[in-house]
Amino acid sequence: MSRHSYIKRPNRPLQFYAALFLVVLYLPVLFLPLFSFNTSIYVKFPLTGFTFQWYVELMDREPVWAALMNSLRVGITTSIISTGFGVFAAKAITRYRLPGKGPLIGFIMLPLVVPGIIFGVALLVLISRLGIQLSLVTVTVGHVIVCLPFAIATMIPRFEGFDPSVEEASADLGENAWWTFWRVTFPMVFPGILASLLLTFTVSFDEFIMAFFLSGTDPTLPMYIWSQLRFPKEFPSILALASIILVVSFALVFLGQWLNRDTQATDLNSE
Amino acid sequence: MSITNGPMPDDATGLRKTSRLGALLQRSEAARGFTLLSPTLFIMAVGILVPIGILVVMSFWTQVGFGFDTTATTANYQMAAERPIYGALLRRSLWMSGMATMATVILSYPMAYFVAFHVHRNKMMWIVLITLPFWTSYLLRVFAWKVVLGYHGVINSALMNLGLIEAPLEFLLYSQSAVVITLAHAWAAFAILPMYVSLEKIDKSLLEAATDLGDGPIARFLRITLPLSLPGVISASLLIFIPTTGDYITPTLLGGPDGAMIGNLIQKQFGAINNWPMGAALSIILMLSIGAIAVSFMLIANFVRKRIS
Repeated sequence: MSRHSYIKRPNRPLQFYAALFLVVLYLPVLFLPLFSFNTSIYVKFPLTGFTFQWYVELMDREPVWAALMNSLRVGITTSIISTGFGVFAAKAITRYRLPGKGPLIGFIMLPLVVPGIIFGVALLVLISRLGIQLSLVTVTVGHVIVCLPFAIATMIPRFEGFDPSVEEASADLGENAWWTFWRVTFPMVFPGILASLLLTFTVSFDEFIMAFFLSGTDPTLPMYIWSQLRFPKEFPSILALASIILVVSFALVFLGQWLNRDTQATDLNSE
Repeated sequence: MSITNGPMPDDATGLRKTSRLGALLQRSEAARGFTLLSPTLFIMAVGILVPIGILVVMSFWTQVGFGFDTTATTANYQMAAERPIYGALLRRSLWMSGMATMATVILSYPMAYFVAFHVHRNKMMWIVLITLPFWTSYLLRVFAWKVVLGYHGVINSALMNLGLIEAPLEFLLYSQSAVVITLAHAWAAFAILPMYVSLEKIDKSLLEAATDLGDGPIARFLRITLPLSLPGVISASLLIFIPTTGDYITPTLLGGPDGAMIGNLIQKQFGAINNWPMGAALSIILMLSIGAIAVSFMLIANFVRKRIS
């Protein structure tokens, strides 16, 4: 019957393993919201009772709001800069024959693999040698470097997914490069741009290592969490804060991936 | 298809007719491409090459109080070679991330295999589900493991409540195994992608041919699926091994004294110890050792791949 019948035959142990894998992948993170609603200050079983107390307490804290604003400013700036640069880079990579393209792409993608601490200390050394004060600006620079590879990788399949002859047709019909970009290319890659904005914002919002080395006196949200970790009595409110961040991050990333879903499916299949 | 390829023959004949014009066109095409790429290349050069260059230079300086003595000396490297603590920490880091890499690849491979061969509808949904945690805060995921493995954490308090243990298991937190577990868990999502892509690429007719020629499922897997997916396994291993070796968040939160890694020491040089040139030298040593291991791993893996296929 079906040519792939023996491959398609469901493999029960493997299905069980896959389900278990997903459970283990998400389980540790789910304990954070679980204990953030617990009345006890200690993170341990048995649970003592349900409360919103820690969330309410969080709302009254000035430093949390300040850190949130810092993170939002850094995150929004980072996502706009890295997505803006990423659009052009992705277009250049997919549309033009460039000498030495392979090594160049490898170089651009370096921040994905090189340990964050190396970039963190290297940038710290550069910035201090230049005599620049550490601030949210330096954190943003670090975040742009971390986020650019993500932005480019998100948008490359978008550019690969649409036919360059549409752009050529626009040029043949008399549009210049600028208007061709705005009226043809931009609408076609728009879902990719949105996805990249959401994903790079999340990466920046959650990023810790660059912020650790490059922030001055204004902490980002992850830096604030880090500074509170050594106080046991702050634990429940940190759990509450962590739960909020996780939920928001999951939602943003999911939305970003969903916007970009059609390209990814074709991209993965064609590869 | 015909529309897509339409302009191509014209271009080709044009190129052939006037090769000088063609060369010019191609050059200007590259020039246009590089113009588009230039902001990215600029920021990457300023953000990666220049800082690492300065890091290399600084590793030959010496710290004097809050300033630097900029006379070039290899004292930092000599000290790193002579004092056993540096070598020990480096070896331990490489060992621990090696263990984490092995665990991640072995545990993630079946999952990648499952999605590539046994998921037929909503494949994308599975990929998104698996990779979702990877995008979210690394700090919070490590923090979650602290909650799970803690002295009074989820596992210990649950086991004590069930009456299975009398006192908390101390080896869970502040140990090398805690760090390895956390690293493996944190990077699993990242490991699956390259393995999935190389499994997905395998031509299914090869599997049919093997079956027709009498191979059972195990022989088929060992002789076709595994060798053909090795490139994915290799890149997954490198993608986990390289960044985890320099990690310092996980060892700080979960490692304790036994689980400290070279990243902690580098961070301390730039923090409490305040010896930046030593920290720079250690970073360079770390990069070089990771590079050496990655290259030899790739050579060995390629050699093995050629032998078995």
